Amino acid sequence: MTTQPKKARVSTTVNGQPVDVLVAPYQSLLEMLREVLGLTGTKEGCNDGNCGACTVSLDGRIVDSCLVLGAEADGKRVDTIEGMARPEGLHPLQQAFLEEAALQCGICTPGFLVAARALLEREPHPSEERIRLWLAGNLCRCTGYDKIVGAVRKAAALDGAGNGRAAG
Amino acid sequence: MTITEKPQQQYKVIGTRPIRHDGLEKVTGRAVYGADVKFPGLLWGAVLRSPHAHARIKKLDVSKAAKMPGVFAVMTGADLVDLESKLVDMGEEIDNLAYTTKKLMADDKVVYKGHPVAAVAAVDLNTAQEALKLIAVAYEPLPVVLTVEEAMAPGAPLVLDDLVGEHLTGEARNTNIAKHTRYEFGDTAKGFARAAVTVERTFKLTMVHQGYIEPQNATAQWNQDGKLTVWTSTQGAFNVRDAVASILKMPESNIRVIPLEIGGGFGGKIPIYLEPVAAVLARKAGRPVKLVMDRKSVFEATGPTPGGTIRVKVGADSAGNITAAEADLRYEAGAYPGSPVGAGAQCIFAPYRLPNSRIDAYDVVVNKPKTAAYRAPGATQAAFAMESVVDEVAERLGIDPLEFRLRNASREGDRRADGPIFPRIGNVQVLQAAKRSAQWNAPLGAPSAPHKKRGRGVANGFWFNGGMKSSCNLAVNKDGTVAMVEGSVDIGGTRASIAMQAAEVLGIPAEDVHPTVGDTDTVGQTDVTGGSRTTFATGYAAYLAATNVVKQMMGRAAKLWEIDESGIEFKDGTFFSKSDPELRLTFKQVAEKLDETGGPLSATGTVNMRGAGGAFSTQIADVEVDTETGKVDVLRWTVVQDVGKAIHPAYVEGQMQGGAAQGIGWALNEEYFWDDKGNMHNSSFLDYRMPTALDLPKIETVLVEVPNPNHPYGVRGVGEAPIVAPVAAIANALRDALGTRFTETPMKPSRVLAAIKGGTLDGAATAASSNGASRRGRR
Repeated sequence: MTTQPKKARVSTTVNGQPVDVLVAPYQSLLEMLREVLGLTGTKEGCNDGNCGACTVSLDGRIVDSCLVLGAEADGKRVDTIEGMARPEGLHPLQQAFLEEAALQCGICTPGFLVAARALLEREPHPSEERIRLWLAGNLCRCTGYDKIVGAVRKAAALDGAGNGRAAG
Repeated sequence: MTITEKPQQQYKVIGTRPIRHDGLEKVTGRAVYGADVKFPGLLWGAVLRSPHAHARIKKLDVSKAAKMPGVFAVMTGADLVDLESKLVDMGEEIDNLAYTTKKLMADDKVVYKGHPVAAVAAVDLNTAQEALKLIAVAYEPLPVVLTVEEAMAPGAPLVLDDLVGEHLTGEARNTNIAKHTRYEFGDTAKGFARAAVTVERTFKLTMVHQGYIEPQNATAQWNQDGKLTVWTSTQGAFNVRDAVASILKMPESNIRVIPLEIGGGFGGKIPIYLEPVAAVLARKAGRPVKLVMDRKSVFEATGPTPGGTIRVKVGADSAGNITAAEADLRYEAGAYPGSPVGAGAQCIFAPYRLPNSRIDAYDVVVNKPKTAAYRAPGATQAAFAMESVVDEVAERLGIDPLEFRLRNASREGDRRADGPIFPRIGNVQVLQAAKRSAQWNAPLGAPSAPHKKRGRGVANGFWFNGGMKSSCNLAVNKDGTVAMVEGSVDIGGTRASIAMQAAEVLGIPAEDVHPTVGDTDTVGQTDVTGGSRTTFATGYAAYLAATNVVKQMMGRAAKLWEIDESGIEFKDGTFFSKSDPELRLTFKQVAEKLDETGGPLSATGTVNMRGAGGAFSTQIADVEVDTETGKVDVLRWTVVQDVGKAIHPAYVEGQMQGGAAQGIGWALNEEYFWDDKGNMHNSSFLDYRMPTALDLPKIETVLVEVPNPNHPYGVRGVGEAPIVAPVAAIANALRDALGTRFTETPMKPSRVLAAIKGGTLDGAATAASSNGASRRGRR
């Protein structure tokens, strides 16, 4: 259509797989993931970087994908919720979220999981205070956070006891 | 912690904590929410919204937008038929269809900022948004009314020219008061004359939003046979179907509404906003159309819960018995009638046994978004007022606040101030459990710094809970598992709590029941996931269906054994002959023989429930106030609640914690910040400050199980009651910490700091802190 600016070719790696996509210059990484690649596990809650539902990992750093342009993912590695589980099983955080009833409606859950994974990669045994600070960029309106914090602690403890796989 | 009232039946499934059936999809990102649907040829819609809170539309020209390349359809209010006044029950709220149509898209007048005036469907979202810029609208701004005081003042500008108010004197025109209701019992004047202490205060609240993380969305597609399919994020697919059918003037059976996973609702996703718009655009375009709201529109143009003014007067004799109580509640309905002031009026005195009472309730239209249900709609505002005044009465009498509440607590057989007699309720048990709770008996502790002060507050809250219609289908698989289709959208783990009730009946593990949420073509009529009714009512439907399955399975066992059905019993998942101990078959073994005994086996359960059983939730708040900044930190929190019977205790705790968290946000931070033109100035999650993980402590829960006699497992609703008490609990804790009684929400740092300095936010001196009452002794 005539209003459409020319799309840019973006070569990126999503959940370990190299992908080439065409992205309009105004499209966010969130739009690229959801609309172009069909990876709808990453959610949109506010589209202005304040809810964390669209949290993904970009070259190992967590970002609000609504605040990053799709074109900026060129040459970078993007990791989303869809890449968190392995064929052999869930990530310990995913398992802990299930066991601890850490989700109600579930819309914020992918963002929390991606953010929590980044925390445990850096700090395998965070304190409760540290978990609450790290996750303060992700809003949950259902749970009051208690069970989310509990699930992250459980996943961290499992990891320490050698019962779970290394986080990440 | 769970306190069960008396030794109850031992259950195998109920009361356990299985992993929820839909959990895996939700932790892997595979669960499909409303905004995730996609079809070949899908168009994107966008809505043009009014920049004025009140204005007449003098000109509306969409011709340029319609001609823009990539645009497939444009619509305005003219595309929606004017409907006669017709009240439709949306579940937790009653909507007038005539106003619903105007709310969906303005006719010749906009009545709140963000009011839709036109919409387009285009090849993608960007094109649709560009097309909106080509729509020319000429507005003639009108004077706005933004508060109940302004709206009720003589000569106030009219929000709705055609509003016919229901007043005590009959129908009224030229008014912004949509409804005035009064409940009177006994003689309050005589009651107050007997009082040793009387406290009267007026409280002010501002609008707050449910704050669900997922914005509203809807996708519509027409078939060539005139049938419409709608995919949407809603709390009630059948209510959406029926409302869309009325608005589009088509038979409801020609519409199939498919509810997707829903990213929070709290009542805010009961009303319709986008579904008919998507349908009209899709019909005009001849292609499917998807609409997703942006966050600003969610704040500005979906229903928050009202602000308003509440005056409460309570008198008690020297022995600590309440002698009379009066309340006057004035709630902002938003731009169309229908605030939850009625529910607020019915809940405000519910925790108390009152010999004399009077309640006046005013539903007032203002130039703000039409309010919607928000978790125990109307009750939190009412409890803020009542529980603050009750606390003050207790304080003046020198009685412990929990003891005072216990002394005056409503019990089974008492008459609620608005009429109904209480059935079995757990009010007293909850208050007693609060008295015994760890937090209430723990020292408050010394402040963490010299400029900080600590306080503890307590408050009680009541919510009715709902019953209504639900349906559930079960089909037995030959491997002994059971497929379940139930009609309630799952907003927080109800697939599990419904499936568990069926599993309990069938004597099989929770995991062996496979629940699916049905759409309007696959399951019987089911009302909204709201009113804390789902585990109660849809769970009851599942119980009935499962009971029917057992009966049929018994017949199959009788066939296998060639004995009469009456000779068979079913217990703990096993069918056995009453006379021959050799004849025993498990549920699974009978299922394996279905083909030999008659073929497929399925059953349906349907209910239209009453007797949901009200719930009480008492909450304890420990706070610390920074007297230099006015910031309030919540140190510790306990929710004590009558839950009837907790089917899945983890999700019951989750409801209690989530409700408390929303209430804490309401108390301390959340507000619609308005200017005098009716513009909201904080319509983002940055400025509308909801609690984060860092803002909240661990929220302790005490589940009190006083079984509801109207449910086979004693279930009561649990979702809404926990939001009722928190605002008052914090106000009472601040009174304890600072000696100041706060009568406005939110109790944000600027307001708290102003109070500490001896004034208010408006600069007026406060009398609240100088009532001379003796402070109660610290534990």
